[in-house]
Amino acid sequence: MNLDCKHVWEHISGYLDQQLDAEMLAAVEKHVENCEVCSAVLDSTRNVLVLTADDRTYELPVGYSERLHERLAAAMRGESG
Amino acid sequence: MKAASATNEAELIRRILAGETELFHELIRPYERLVYVTIFAILKNETEAEDGAQEAMISAFRHLKSFRGEAKFSTWLVTIAMNEARKRLRKGKTAAEDSLDVTLEDHDGGDYTPAVLTDWRDIPLEALEKKELRGKLQEAVANLPEKYREVFVLRDIEELNQEETAAALGINVTLVKVRLHRARMMLQKALVPYLKTQAPAGGGFFRRWLA
Repeated sequence: MNLDCKHVWEHISGYLDQQLDAEMLAAVEKHVENCEVCSAVLDSTRNVLVLTADDRTYELPVGYSERLHERLAAAMRGESG
Repeated sequence: MKAASATNEAELIRRILAGETELFHELIRPYERLVYVTIFAILKNETEAEDGAQEAMISAFRHLKSFRGEAKFSTWLVTIAMNEARKRLRKGKTAAEDSLDVTLEDHDGGDYTPAVLTDWRDIPLEALEKKELRGKLQEAVANLPEKYREVFVLRDIEELNQEETAAALGINVTLVKVRLHRARMMLQKALVPYLKTQAPAGGGFFRRWLA
């Protein structure tokens, strides 16, 4: 199966999530190995996901947990009383 | 996310409902981050997100009786967090912004193509360490149309699986896949300028970070 670039882009997400069937996977890999553009698209998309998964991208405010449990405790006291 | 085992959790819930309400603190501890980050990623406002996370947890406590255990507790909780985020988004949003979302349909021929690069060099992990880049990502996520943002937050930030994401948002798995793909392409497009400027000359063309 030969894919053009646009077709490959449609499968980038599926590729990164390892959800392509064997035939599509082989076709995407073959194309990407020979296509500088699609290889760059794939790498840059993967970089976005690496960055997203980094715990430091979304950090908790200092003292968040303490304040949460305090407020929760106050709400719970209010309901039982 | 380090969750308590399901049986442990079920036992905790049973005891909380039987009157040991103090145990609710223990039940939610593994999910504090999940709830806050979900709301923050949607709203991109720390104060709103913290207040929203507190409200969501209180709401979860009040409605714990209605948790039936068909879904995972974390999925149920994230649904509450998402609803809290939506509520706050509606409150702060103008009608003009709202109508923007409506025009973007899932099945139109919209342009969800990535940014095409011809001079890309795979960038080293150190470049991703930059704080500025993380800020740009937060901004780009917050700027996604809402329905794409929601799916991206649950799948790629919270790392829920497709089925959990579908359940939390009340949509089917196919739609989760479509929206996630589009969200990722939009983010790639938005972030490529920043990723690129950080790229040094040279570097491996085919280096893969994740096998």
